Amino acid sequence: MTSLVTVEDLRVSFTGSDVVRGVSLSVAPGECVAIVGESGSGKSVTARALLGLAGPGSAVRAAAFRVAGRDAFAFTPADWRRLRGGFAGLVLQDALVSLDPLRTVGAEIAEVLATHDVAPRGRRAERVLELLEAVGVPDPATRAGQRPHQLSGGLRQRALIASAIAADPPLIIADEPTTALDVTVQAQILRLLAGRRAAGTALLLISHDLAVVASIADRVLVMKDGRVVEEGPTRDVLAAPAHAYTRTLLAAVPSAASRSTRLTTGEPRGRPTPDRSAQVLAGTGLTRSYGPRRVVDDVSFTLHAGETLGVVGESGSGKTTLARLALGLLEPDAGQVTLHRRPWSHRRERERRPLRPRVQLVSQNPLDSFDPRHTVGRLIAEPLRVHRDARHERVLDLLARVGLPPETAARHPRELSGGQRQRVAIARALGPRPDVLVCDEPVSALDVSIQAQVLDLLADIQTEYGTAMVFISHDLGVVHHVADRVLVMKDGRVVEEGDVAEVFARPRHPYTRTLVDSVPRPVPSPHRLDAAGAA
Amino acid sequence: MPPTSRDAVRPAVRPAGWSAVPLWWLVPGAFLAVLALAVAVPGLLAAADPLAADPVDALAPPGAAHWFGSDHLGRDVLARVVHGARHSISIGVAATGLAVTAGVLLGLAAGLSPTWLDEALARTFDVLSTLPELLLALLVVAITGPGTVNVIFAIAVAQIPTYARVIRAQTFVVRRSGYVEQAVTFGRSRLAINTGHVLPNVLGPIPVLATIGLGQAVIASSGLSFLGMGPQPPAAEWGAMLSEARNYLRVAWWEALFPGLAITLTVVCLTVVGRRLQRRFEGRTP
Repeated sequence: MTSLVTVEDLRVSFTGSDVVRGVSLSVAPGECVAIVGESGSGKSVTARALLGLAGPGSAVRAAAFRVAGRDAFAFTPADWRRLRGGFAGLVLQDALVSLDPLRTVGAEIAEVLATHDVAPRGRRAERVLELLEAVGVPDPATRAGQRPHQLSGGLRQRALIASAIAADPPLIIADEPTTALDVTVQAQILRLLAGRRAAGTALLLISHDLAVVASIADRVLVMKDGRVVEEGPTRDVLAAPAHAYTRTLLAAVPSAASRSTRLTTGEPRGRPTPDRSAQVLAGTGLTRSYGPRRVVDDVSFTLHAGETLGVVGESGSGKTTLARLALGLLEPDAGQVTLHRRPWSHRRERERRPLRPRVQLVSQNPLDSFDPRHTVGRLIAEPLRVHRDARHERVLDLLARVGLPPETAARHPRELSGGQRQRVAIARALGPRPDVLVCDEPVSALDVSIQAQVLDLLADIQTEYGTAMVFISHDLGVVHHVADRVLVMKDGRVVEEGDVAEVFARPRHPYTRTLVDSVPRPVPSPHRLDAAGAA
Repeated sequence: MPPTSRDAVRPAVRPAGWSAVPLWWLVPGAFLAVLALAVAVPGLLAAADPLAADPVDALAPPGAAHWFGSDHLGRDVLARVVHGARHSISIGVAATGLAVTAGVLLGLAAGLSPTWLDEALARTFDVLSTLPELLLALLVVAITGPGTVNVIFAIAVAQIPTYARVIRAQTFVVRRSGYVEQAVTFGRSRLAINTGHVLPNVLGPIPVLATIGLGQAVIASSGLSFLGMGPQPPAAEWGAMLSEARNYLRVAWWEALFPGLAITLTVVCLTVVGRRLQRRFEGRTP
């Protein structure tokens, strides 16, 4: 069987530094191959190099490089252009960036048809609608006339896939196609891709998420630092990983099973017992509207000392607004927030200010929460209410507590990695010794191994100080790992709440059930997503 | 076929923008350095007294005795151009300094005020910006009367809206930023947040704007002086020199050419440097 793409010992370097260091890979017709790795592993560059898109300043070398049965080194730019779209459709992570904001979705897809001359001019409009229909866009006639910003994330991704398959290529290269999407939408897109595959299209899937890969790929390549450390059939690699790195990756995925272990080491960890008599933070009947839209609608919660309350929901469900209400950054239109059973909302700022250090925030993007001019040391010192002389020592204490070397104090956050920045943010929030930490998607932007470190750190801190946590996340696995109790939010309302194990094992509300069912399983199960479920 | 390594994609080497053309910095930089010297120690560049008249030597063309020639009263044009830098540049610097200070304070006030006050201030800036700067400055001078101090004040007033509008927009961005919100959760006071985070972070675009604004201020100052509103004769000011030279243009081109050239080069150099800085730093945090 001739493969669609074959590359042996692929090496890609940018101005002297090697990003890909010897990757061999081939994709056979109708096959689904996945490349898994963390950011910087070279997985995206590998995929792009296969389409001659490694980027400006790059040098691509390989022992053999054949695309569509021809030597890729002999390709002219015109050859490459014909291949892109015609032979291989590319689907990228962010459809909002990949689609021209000024053009309608229909025009975007029609352009592919025109470029590859796969439909005569008179038939193009009709073909566009067929394609949109094929990727499960409801009401294609209306949608074809709309621009990307008028579509939801899921519909945009579908439109992008429609343009990728417009010329009916034998191969689709999908680079993190579901990373920016909510879990239920992710499940739909994965079903759609699985459906294309069942129809005979080969798929090269790039992802950081082992679970996504497990649900769809035949073979998987695990990449680290530009090399493939392990490859084989998905089932074997995930069930019995041979390489230590793959094992670490798998162990670092938070889930129900990991509740009582440390993610980084796999050792057991103690969980603090929440003190149910000591109510720290509580909200009753919280409602907040922006214009006519009720973003948070009649939400109540209680948080006890040493307890972690998980809040799950998809984008737009009101999670972040709830966090801002809890932090006292926003006043509820109705309802009340109490801190230690005393009023916290609806107070004069002057009275609330001395209490503010009690409730601290760790946000998704720490860089946004740092003054761009300040060094790490100055950032951590900002909330400290101690004398100047003791301040530096306290900063070093906090840095040590979150596992950063003292030299970090003199550096700028921009020079740090994402994980280090989140550690700085945590050190900063710990400074005032808060009773409550509100964590708003604190690990969503991090790689799974870094995420594991940060989650372990938060767990240690909770054990040590008995801090109560509100933990907001769209990732059910993460919430299942950290939380004691959980609120499930949809459209601003709490649809279900209770003990985390209870809620996720026996969801009562249909929405919770959809949510739980949409989570791709990291370990391959006999009933994989199949083409029958494709939209 | 033996497996050989070949380059599939030639490394695309692009000239790295401005760094490849140091001339763009060198020429205007050198001119501005000479200008600074002229402002600080004019005697070093031109030994002659800019005010010493010698009717016998009037309207002498450029030559060994007078490099830039002499004017209708026999004063050395080189000396007057060099000494004139002090007037023109210091008016520009003072006006720009005043405009920046007032603009930052007003813009910050608008950005941090309740909506009604912000609206009132913002609309005032908008209305003032619709008037050409020179016209607005003329209007102010018409009220206050001529004189160096009045010209500085007039130019500053005309430029305030430019700075105020930019700072107001910046203030909105910073005020809603994550780090200001975080500072609120630390329990810091409004004053501490505004002086510690907002003010320093809104100043980012000011150096670039002020460099370009300085060029505009020099033009405005020369323009007002040309109309007789600025420093009064016999003071050597570029605009005033042009005004005097106007009547002798047919017989003594040098009397007008050199001050005119000084104004043009100053403004061009400041603008080039300002634009270069802008391209370098725009969109970046300090």
